[in-house]
Amino acid sequence: MPNQKVYIKGNEALAYGALESGLNAYFAYPITPSSEIPETLAREFGNKKYPQYKCFIQSSSELEAINMVLGAASTGALAMTATSGPGFSLKQEGLSYAACMELPFLIVDICRAGPGLGNLGPEQSDYFQATKGGGHGDYRLFVLAPASVQEMALLPKIGFDLAFKYRNPVLILGDAFTGQLKEDVEFPPWKAPDYDVSLWAVGDSKGRGPHILNSMELDYQKHYEHIGRIFEKYKTAEEKEVRYEEYLTEDAEVVIIAFGIVSRIARSVVNNLRKKGIRVGLFRPITLWPFPTRALHKLSSKGKRFLDVELNTGQMIEDVRLAVGSEATIDFLGRWGGIVPTEREIEREVQRLEVAAV
Amino acid sequence: MNEQSVLKVKAGKIKSLTENPTHYCAGCEHGTLTKLIAAAMDDLGIREKTVMIDSVGCSVLAYNYFNCDHIVAAHGRAPAVAAGVKRLRPELTVFTVQGDGDALSIGLSETIYAAKRATPITIFAVNNGIYGMTGGQMAPTTLPGQVTTTTPYGRDPALTGTELDASKLIGQIDGAAYVKRASLVVSEISNPRGKVYTIKNLLDAKKSVENAFKVQALGGFAFVELLSTCSVNWKMSVLEAKRHVNEQVIKRFPLGVYRDTYGVEKPSPK
Repeated sequence: MPNQKVYIKGNEALAYGALESGLNAYFAYPITPSSEIPETLAREFGNKKYPQYKCFIQSSSELEAINMVLGAASTGALAMTATSGPGFSLKQEGLSYAACMELPFLIVDICRAGPGLGNLGPEQSDYFQATKGGGHGDYRLFVLAPASVQEMALLPKIGFDLAFKYRNPVLILGDAFTGQLKEDVEFPPWKAPDYDVSLWAVGDSKGRGPHILNSMELDYQKHYEHIGRIFEKYKTAEEKEVRYEEYLTEDAEVVIIAFGIVSRIARSVVNNLRKKGIRVGLFRPITLWPFPTRALHKLSSKGKRFLDVELNTGQMIEDVRLAVGSEATIDFLGRWGGIVPTEREIEREVQRLEVAAV
Repeated sequence: MNEQSVLKVKAGKIKSLTENPTHYCAGCEHGTLTKLIAAAMDDLGIREKTVMIDSVGCSVLAYNYFNCDHIVAAHGRAPAVAAGVKRLRPELTVFTVQGDGDALSIGLSETIYAAKRATPITIFAVNNGIYGMTGGQMAPTTLPGQVTTTTPYGRDPALTGTELDASKLIGQIDGAAYVKRASLVVSEISNPRGKVYTIKNLLDAKKSVENAFKVQALGGFAFVELLSTCSVNWKMSVLEAKRHVNEQVIKRFPLGVYRDTYGVEKPSPK
């Protein structure tokens, strides 16, 4: 697969990205619009090209799948599962335990319209659940937001690296659009992973004390210290692991803030309006957690005006507001229910703001 | 009656046990099961290649007692976690100790599908008819009429159904290789000098534990249900509770082998 161009769906690209980055185990439960991920990984199970890929199981429920991931990850294996909104709610139990147990693995949410069953169209309405913990207790997931099929292919590798570096679950938050979209993809030649798991993974206890992977600590002081240590880890991640992209923001009067598929549309908007001489740029968070707070703050201190565009009723905008401060002006354009804004709709909104900015 | 002397083991001598005192209540058979499992791990020489999955309930602190690797699972999910470990490391011995609430109520689906997929793991399910750790609420195994904190007027089958027979249920599943109900409760027998206690149940339980590990080594799924008391939450004395199991509970939950694909229960030919 490396160094050759293939034309595939986002979900398929993500599955191959995981395999190319050394996936050992996948635990499946079908849900639209994520099902091409387990289908691809079921098809590739047994392929001699991926000798490290030892386990594919379709579980009986989302709960069973995430807890199988927990078990597999406990052995130090590269384990993964994928789901969509309603299933992502069910995964929260396992994610809360895993964060406290400091287990590294990859989870994917191909976000569809919610709440409840919603529909199968794209939304970004799992943003809060993804970035604020989602399950019970105090924890965070690393959240990576792909905006193209190519990024669906590349983010699993980045995700596993982060997961094992910080011993924390990593979430790839896609949407029905990036999952179903077909584009050209290239896979770089990655080295086989060699994460050091010897200090914590369960298995062979010969010559060492027992390894105990546990989220429970009945001693309040010890639990206080454990969670404090995890948040020190998160603080380091907030310093070092922030990813974002800026496109023509330098001289922009209005900066569109968008992630995932919306940022693709917004990029076209920027290109279209620039041709008309309108100075507009794009700021795209790639890590939704840790959020690129500082970079946004910097833009805001240059006196930019912001337009936040999301496929929900306004979720990321809360993090944007915290980043840009109370002085900045932020407008919001939201579409939900599976509806994606057109370039023209966003252009109109930018032009309205641009007039106000001048 | 001294269980320790009959089982010929001393706490400090079982390598698979730590030296920590257990938190189990007086008269509770969890401690007995802990010792039986640890002794079997020693006998089979598997301690350094064993991962125990601790479950939510009275067995949640088992990582303090078993000298092996542990993962503490969420309520009911121990078989799923165990399956995740076993699929990646088939050469390891992976087992769970779960209560009836954990294995048969919130985790029944995980238990059934671990069996259905013939996952080579071992489940020890302690049936004491109640949620012990949370203070004595109704469990799936609570008998009709039994008083618990959530059935203060006795369990009403019209409203809450009747007790769940786990061994019968799991015994029907073709993926399961070994399903057995044993008892951890000593029983009374009469002899000319009066009533004495016999540990024949414990010897049978010991054999069941060993068989369950053997079945896993053969590549099979093993489920051993173990009758136990919970005198504290049953509001009985230890002796009353043991008598209750031997006289009442055992009628609804008869001991025996419910599935034995590999024939491990049969005496080996001499």
